[in-house]
Amino acid sequence: MKILVLIGNVPDTTTKVKFNADKTAFDPSGVQWIINPWDELALTRALELKETSGSAIESIFVANVGRVETEGTLRKALAVGADEAIRIDADPKDAFYVASQLAQVANGFDLIFAGIEASDYNGAAVGGMLAELLGIQSVSAVSGVQIENGLLKISREIDGGSQLLGMSLPLLAIVQKGIAKEPRIPAMRGIMMARSKKLTVIAPLEVEVLTSIVTFESPAPKAACKMVAEDQAKELIRLLHEEAKVL
Amino acid sequence: MSVLIYTENWDGKFKKVSYELASYATKLAAEMGVTVSAISLGPVEESELAKLGNYGITSVMSAPCSNYTSLDNQAIATAVAAAAKKVGATVVILAQSNLGKAIAPRLSVKLNAGFVSGVQGLPVSLQPFTVKKMVFTGKAFAKTTIHTAIKVITLAPNSFGIVESPVQSTIEKFDGGLSDADFTTKIESTNKVTGKVLLTDADIVVSAGRGMKAAENWGPIEELAGLLGAGLACSRPVSDEGWRSHGEHVGQTGKIIAPNLYFAFGISGAIQHLGGVSSSKCIVAINKDKDAPIFEAADYGIVGDVFKVLPQLIEAVKENKS
Ligand SMILES: Cc1cc2nc3c(=O)[nH]c(=O)nc-3n(C[C@H](O)[C@H](O)[C@H](O)COP(=O)(O)OP(=O)(O)OC[C@H]3O[C@@H](n4cnc5c(N)ncnc54)[C@H](O)[C@@H]3O)c2cc1C
Repeated sequence: MKILVLIGNVPDTTTKVKFNADKTAFDPSGVQWIINPWDELALTRALELKETSGSAIESIFVANVGRVETEGTLRKALAVGADEAIRIDADPKDAFYVASQLAQVANGFDLIFAGIEASDYNGAAVGGMLAELLGIQSVSAVSGVQIENGLLKISREIDGGSQLLGMSLPLLAIVQKGIAKEPRIPAMRGIMMARSKKLTVIAPLEVEVLTSIVTFESPAPKAACKMVAEDQAKELIRLLHEEAKVL
Repeated sequence: MSVLIYTENWDGKFKKVSYELASYATKLAAEMGVTVSAISLGPVEESELAKLGNYGITSVMSAPCSNYTSLDNQAIATAVAAAAKKVGATVVILAQSNLGKAIAPRLSVKLNAGFVSGVQGLPVSLQPFTVKKMVFTGKAFAKTTIHTAIKVITLAPNSFGIVESPVQSTIEKFDGGLSDADFTTKIESTNKVTGKVLLTDADIVVSAGRGMKAAENWGPIEELAGLLGAGLACSRPVSDEGWRSHGEHVGQTGKIIAPNLYFAFGISGAIQHLGGVSSSKCIVAINKDKDAPIFEAADYGIVGDVFKVLPQLIEAVKENKS
C-alpha cells in the first residue's frame, strides 16, 4: 500500500499578517514557514500506520505545489520520516489549480491524506477537489484512521456527533485534529537522512484560474473591552441583556 | 437560471443552518433577478420540507432515499450536481459545515465551477461575482472574484442570519440517478451528541480553558450553558488533555464559530484560539490575569477567579430569567 500526504506550506500560525501597499497581495517578508498544521498531523498518523503495519505500507510520499522556497517544508516532512517528496514547481493560484496539479502525481496511491484546510487562505477545498478529479471516494473531518486487513476504519466528525466508518481503498481522507496527538519534531539523524531522500520536481500543467483575490481587508478595530468588577456578575448580565442585547 | 441551496437535515429535521441558507439564497436570487430552489437529500417529511417556504424558497426538490443518511461524499456531490443541472443553477450554496465542506469542493469540479468557501454575507458585487471571505483564520478578509459561469460557495455560519419571507413553495420528488452500489460509505456506529445544543448552531456558547484546572471542575460551566441554552466549547489544550471531547475544541485547528454571545472562562486568548471565535458578535472574558490577550478581543470582561465568578453568574442568570 502506498500513501500520499499533501503538504501545504503556510505562514507560522503566530504570524502578524501584512499585505502590500495596495492590499492586493500577502507580504511574505519576515514570515516563518511551517507545514500546514493539519497536514503535519496527517503525516504523523501516516508514519504511525506505517510503523505498525508490518510491511503492508511500502512507502509514504509527500507532495506540494510551490516554488523552490517551499522545499524546506518538504525536507522537514522527509526528516520526520516520509520516504519521498514531489514538488510541482508553480505558485499555487487557487484551490482548483493546486488540486489539478496534484492530480497528475496522485494516481496510483491507495490512501491520500489532505488537511481539512490550509491555515492561510482557509480554502477547505483541495482535498475534495483532488478526490473528484481522481474519481475516488473521500471522507472529510476525519479524526482517526486504522487499517484492519486492508480495510480502513475511519472516525469522522459530523455536525452533532461522530461516526465510525468502514471504507475501502482507494480513499482520500480529509483530516482534522484528533487524527494524531502531537506532530513529530525532526531529529538530527532524520535531517541528515532527508538530504539524500528523493525529491522530484515536476513542471506544472496549464490550468485555468477560476477564482482570484481582488483585495485584502483587515478586520475593523475592536472597541475597548468594558470591564465589570469581580463581584458584579449581576451587572454583567444586565449589560448583556440591555446594552449588548445578546441575552 | 437560478440559485440552488443544498439543505442539511438530521434525523429528518432541517438543521438551523438550512434556514440561514434559504434566507440568504432568497435575497441573493432577488438581487440577481432569478428563481431560488432547494435540494434535500434523505428522508424528510413533507411538512418539514414546506418550512423552507417560510424563508422564501419557491421550489423544493426532495430525494427521500435513506442511503443519503450515510453522508457519502461522492454520492451526495453527484446528486446535488444533478439537481443543479436540472434547475440550471448558476450559484449553488452550501453551509460551511462539516458536511458542506466535504461536498462543495467535489461539486464545484463536477460543475466546472469556481469555488469559494466560508463566504461572509452577500456578494460585494454581482458583476463580476465577488464575495468576501475570512482568511488567515480571522486575521484578514479577502474579496475574491469567481470567474466561471457557475459558482459554488459555502456560507460562513451566522454571517447572514435567518430572515422570514413566506412564499408558497412547490415540493417535488427528485431522483439523483444513483443506485445502492454508488453508496460506498459504510457506517459502523454513530455517537450522537443528544439533548445538547449543537455547537455550530448555538446562539450562545459557553467556553472554558486551562484556567478551569481539571475535568471535574466543568460542572458550573455545564450548568451555565444549560441555563442559557448554550453550546459548550473549549480551548485546544483542554481537549488535548482529554478533559473535554474534540468536538468542543474551537480555534484555528478546531471549529470556527460565530455565535451572538461567546463566554470565555479561563482562556488566555491565544491568536490560534481567537481565530475560531473572533467573528462572534459579543465576547465576554473572565480571567484572573488583567493582561491576558483575551481582553483585547473581548467586549465585556471581568478580571477575577472563574471559581468565584461562575456561581454568581449562574445566580444572576437565574434571576434574570425569572
Ligand atoms: C499550530 C497551532 C494551532 C493551535 N490551534 C489552537 C486552537 O484551535 N484553539 C485553541 O484554543 N488553541 C490553539 N492553539 C494553542 C494556543 O496557542 C494556546 O496554547 C491555547 O489556546 C491556550 O489555551 P488556554 O487559553 O485554555 O490555556 P492558557 O493559555 O494556559 O490560559 C489559561 C488562562 O486561564 C487563566 N486562569 C487560570 N486560572 C484561573 C482562574 N482560577 N480564574 C480565572 N482565570 C484563570 C490564566 O490567566 C490564563 O490566561 C494552537 C497552537 C498552535 C501552535
